[in-house]
Amino acid sequence: MKRNDGRAPEELRKMEAKTGIIKRADGSAMFRIGETIAYAAVYGPRELHPKFMQNPEKGLLRCNYNMMAFSGSGDRVRPSANRRSREISMVIEKALEPVLDLTAYPNAVIDIFIELVQTDAGTRCAGICAAAMALADAGIPMKDLVSALSVGYLRNEIVVDINGEEDMNEGATDIAFACLPITGEVSLLQVDGEIKKDVLLKALDKAKEAAMKIAEVQRKALKERYHDKHDA
Amino acid sequence: METIENKKIVVPGEVLATGMDFLPSSGTYRDKDKIVSIYVGLTNVSGRVIRVIPLRGRYMPKRDDTIVGKIMDMTFSNWFIDMGCANMGVLSVREISEFVERGADLAEYFSHGDYVVCKISKVTRSSVDLSMRGPGLRKLGPGKLVQVDSSKVPRIIGKQGSMISMIKDKTACRIVVGQNGTVWIQGAPEDEMVAAEAIYKINQESHREGLTEEIASLLEKKASKNKPLTREDEEPIMERGRNETE
Amino acid sequence: MTSMMHDHITALLQKEMREDGRKPLEYRKPIKVEYDISPKSAEGSARVTIGETIVVAGVKLEVGAPFPDSQDEGNIMVNVELTPLSNPEYELGPPSVVAIEYARVVDRALREGHALDTKKLCIKEGEKVWTVIVDLYPINDAGNLFDAFSLAALAALKNANFPTFDKKTEKIDYKKKTKTPLPLDKSPLEVTVIKINGTLMVDPTIEEWKSVDARLTVGVLENGVICAMQKGGPKALTMEDISKMVDIAVEHTAKLRKLL
Repeated sequence: MKRNDGRAPEELRKMEAKTGIIKRADGSAMFRIGETIAYAAVYGPRELHPKFMQNPEKGLLRCNYNMMAFSGSGDRVRPSANRRSREISMVIEKALEPVLDLTAYPNAVIDIFIELVQTDAGTRCAGICAAAMALADAGIPMKDLVSALSVGYLRNEIVVDINGEEDMNEGATDIAFACLPITGEVSLLQVDGEIKKDVLLKALDKAKEAAMKIAEVQRKALKERYHDKHDA
Repeated sequence: METIENKKIVVPGEVLATGMDFLPSSGTYRDKDKIVSIYVGLTNVSGRVIRVIPLRGRYMPKRDDTIVGKIMDMTFSNWFIDMGCANMGVLSVREISEFVERGADLAEYFSHGDYVVCKISKVTRSSVDLSMRGPGLRKLGPGKLVQVDSSKVPRIIGKQGSMISMIKDKTACRIVVGQNGTVWIQGAPEDEMVAAEAIYKINQESHREGLTEEIASLLEKKASKNKPLTREDEEPIMERGRNETE
Repeated sequence: MTSMMHDHITALLQKEMREDGRKPLEYRKPIKVEYDISPKSAEGSARVTIGETIVVAGVKLEVGAPFPDSQDEGNIMVNVELTPLSNPEYELGPPSVVAIEYARVVDRALREGHALDTKKLCIKEGEKVWTVIVDLYPINDAGNLFDAFSLAALAALKNANFPTFDKKTEKIDYKKKTKTPLPLDKSPLEVTVIKINGTLMVDPTIEEWKSVDARLTVGVLENGVICAMQKGGPKALTMEDISKMVDIAVEHTAKLRKLL
């Protein structure tokens, strides 16, 4: 079966990644997959305010996901945090936390700000990819990167990295997935729609395979910032 | 035993070695039979020991480091100083060279936005204590600030302070290099620019061979011919260069 | 304010120098305008770079009822969000007064300078008109957001095309963009001139911005006529200052407009 944009079922959309795009931040990255474009900036570890939120045992990882007002596929997205963006921010935190050792940052916070400039499905996953790169770019110790994508199950077929139009399909099942590339451990899993267990497991395998390709793009971009200088 | 490339750029999660021939050191960890990087950094292999030296990152405070920081806040008895790491440094009134009367307004000594050079007297898990008792430790006057990666500070100072002395001499600027990567420069405006350019260049190209000569020729070409400061003009500050491989 | 940075900046200015080596009336480099940074989602979009400062602008169109006092005219709206992604000092939450001022100042030049022919934004008099919404975000705030926002807003408007409006269903099909550009009549552009310790300057860095005694944002049209102004900063301006600042703004808006 051909997909609406001509891709094979296991084919990812075109990706582009870059680090160091926001000079004021401790670390930053842009990640683009198809028409979805995410920017991420990391600030910290820095002192957490207000003080009563400080935890001497463990630092806080705080993420804020936001769609720019003009980034939606239809009407203008009204600014201000809504329920959707708050939940997404939370699941992104949880997707990234397994690679960090937050106990190393007592009373401190690592802030991650994600802005979507343009969206065509898979926004939280693109946000996670950008954020993981921004954390690494900030020099924060990480056990591994985190690579994320959405997988779909539509018309009885598993398709990797669904786009906006596929997402709108009647009866489509959408799986948001993130994993640690070395171990394959899963740090984000959200399923929207009906799916049988055996199909789900197959879909997760394909997601993992595709995540390895994303990880390659992330690694390359992290090195590129230094490459010219290193060879000079 | 496999060979591991030295000074190779690696990223978090990248496998550096497989098997038990090598030992993981700073910037790496062992995951079963693999040694894995935790940083975007450069590999450093000595014998069987593998390290990864991060290319960027916030300053990690260490005891006895001299730092340049900014006064952010104060209470009746302490100043809070931002030195670019996760926690504010605390400078107690008892740790400055002047005697401060009880109940005095601390803002009369140092206030918000002032830059100071201090020594780290104590580091615990979640606090950094600072002291201003010691030669050269003081509030800094108007000057140019340059922020570099704290990991590049040893290169900026050079062996036995050779690099920074050269920059000071050629530009006739006063320069204080904080181990936290904040550098303060004071001199004629044109010379401040040249000193800053040299420091930025070292920060960017720290790994290059022949950098010292390049810096020397940059200074020769651009610095004005102001008379270098005599040693008496300068407050002595202990500047500890570090071993580059550290 | 008498912080160390302020003292440093004023000391340099006595020699007509700035912290990054520029002259008082010199912009940072590079200055550039890029279009279509969000072509799939926005009706028009642009990114502006001034030195290390980067901002983005996006235009969305909506259809609604006209205001009672302008039954045959569409509307324009400008919104600024100071994203904490762009500057460690910005915080999440409702727009600060700083963000509101940016938005209103950019809005004023576009509105009062009649950038858009609002009559051409009317679909059916008294019933349906277009509202043009410009959203502005800093990506890296290294100073001079006023000029960057003004330039980005105009660039995004210039880049925008109408989406398809189905008069029967009264719905907008955002996926089908028409080839009709917005009725951009004029190009009002703003330049902010700052004064520190007696020196007039353009394109302030973050530190210079914090040391500003007074500032004047001047919106200027292609023909050199002023269309909007906003004075800010803690100190007052003399008549002579104002006269000079307007001249500087007229000169620099003309230069910046060539980038569009």
